[in-house]
Amino acid sequence: MREVCIVGVGFSKWGEVWRKSIRDLHTDAALAAIKNAGVDHIDSMYIGCMTGGLFVGQEHLASMLPDYLGMRGVPATRVEAACASGGLAVRQAFIEIASGISDIVMASGVEKMTDCSGNDATFALATAADQEYEVFNGATFPGLYAMMAHAHMAKYGTTRAMLSAVSVKNHHNGSMNPVAQYPFKVTAEQVEKSVMIADPLHILDCSPITDGSAAAILTTVDIAKKLGKPYVKIIGSGVGTDTIALAQREDLTTIKASTIASQGAFKMAGKTIDDIDFAEVHDCFTIAEIMVAESIGKYKPGKAGEAILAGETSLEGKFPMNTSGGLKSKGHPVGATGVAQVAEVYKQLTGQAENGRQIKSNPKIGMTQNMGGSGGSSVVHIMEVA
Amino acid sequence: MTMFSARNWREYPQRYRLEASKFKKSGKTYFPKRIVDPETGDTEQETVKLPDTGKIITYTVIRVAPSQWGDQSPYALAIAELTDGTRLMAQLTDCNVNDVKIGMEVRIEFRRVQAEGDQGVLSYGYKFVPKWY
Repeated sequence: MREVCIVGVGFSKWGEVWRKSIRDLHTDAALAAIKNAGVDHIDSMYIGCMTGGLFVGQEHLASMLPDYLGMRGVPATRVEAACASGGLAVRQAFIEIASGISDIVMASGVEKMTDCSGNDATFALATAADQEYEVFNGATFPGLYAMMAHAHMAKYGTTRAMLSAVSVKNHHNGSMNPVAQYPFKVTAEQVEKSVMIADPLHILDCSPITDGSAAAILTTVDIAKKLGKPYVKIIGSGVGTDTIALAQREDLTTIKASTIASQGAFKMAGKTIDDIDFAEVHDCFTIAEIMVAESIGKYKPGKAGEAILAGETSLEGKFPMNTSGGLKSKGHPVGATGVAQVAEVYKQLTGQAENGRQIKSNPKIGMTQNMGGSGGSSVVHIMEVA
Repeated sequence: MTMFSARNWREYPQRYRLEASKFKKSGKTYFPKRIVDPETGDTEQETVKLPDTGKIITYTVIRVAPSQWGDQSPYALAIAELTDGTRLMAQLTDCNVNDVKIGMEVRIEFRRVQAEGDQGVLSYGYKFVPKWY
């Protein structure tokens, strides 16, 4: 297996981007990544997108997006694992380079979520859950994570203050990210006074609906060296799956798919969680960041909440999490999120994080954890400075 | 979204009669029915009916609801573990949403669930109600 590295990343504008279509958002991010990497061509591309069909009535993105990028004819594959689609696109690009099939591959993700009503967006997102046995009975995504939150609170004594701490921290980090949809700070009081969506989750516990795209250029070490740009190595990649329906999980208070994915990535990398300096994790809801920090083995079950509340995962803490602002502040264009996480780790490892968001302790190894649905799938990547 | 009748009809055994798969080798029951036992790979099974009582293991109160439940919001949604150990998700009704608690004992009843899709097809299924009710 060949060594694989990331040699450039790019973003479109993120937010409610009414002037941009799905094709323009993707083209903006892809062109930025190509320019950032300094490559003159790509051999193939993997596009993560959860549901162009439901959000904008457009599938067959593997035809449209290379064409509008000026790459007509280039092999392209669209991959889907709900909100983990982007992470899976990175993994497919990684495998294609590692295998020797291609030398320069783009992994991108895109979602255009504001071209439909809030109700239609809720329906589209809910297709990541079990349609006949959860959604049929009235489940929404905030509702599913709310049920996980109540179970976690009952089992471990996780508190309202711990949930709020996730939102406060991520908004603080996101306030320094030029890509962020909501680049402002919030207080715990604001989180707790915001409107209740699904008990115990308030709207400031929830990631938003976002238009956006992100892209990364993956290549071999030889080519990265020739390009002369900063690069990082992807040393581990893992995927895990679990039941799509929450009711059928062995344990409602952990994300087993993330445990499987992280163990796979650690094994490939020859590392353990103790070797990891920081992480971008899938905080679609505040409780998710707490559960993921436990599922990847960073904290014992029931212990992540107090660590986050104590500041251990802040920018200056022992284990920074979501230096980008996470899904909460940066936004969550579902198909793009997994690629954006990898792009943030790339920036941190190459010292390119903007506006005071850079981790000062000279991090060497970072990880990403991307998650589909209520934890039915998860993708983990581990990256190391070159 | 347009709901086709076959899609609803196919679910009648589960939604109307709580039919589940009980696998020979493991003796485990799964709801909804499935072809393969996820733990043993066994395909030999019999159809059983789920017990109709259990207790709430987690819940939420949906306060911002999709349009087809707009007239029911806020409503409680819960996962219950039934007396045979199987779990399922359903709405919890006939009680004040603020009184819902983990550990609450419930019974399953046949109810109207929603007016589904663009045509508002009336769809029936199961809901939890407090056991004492």
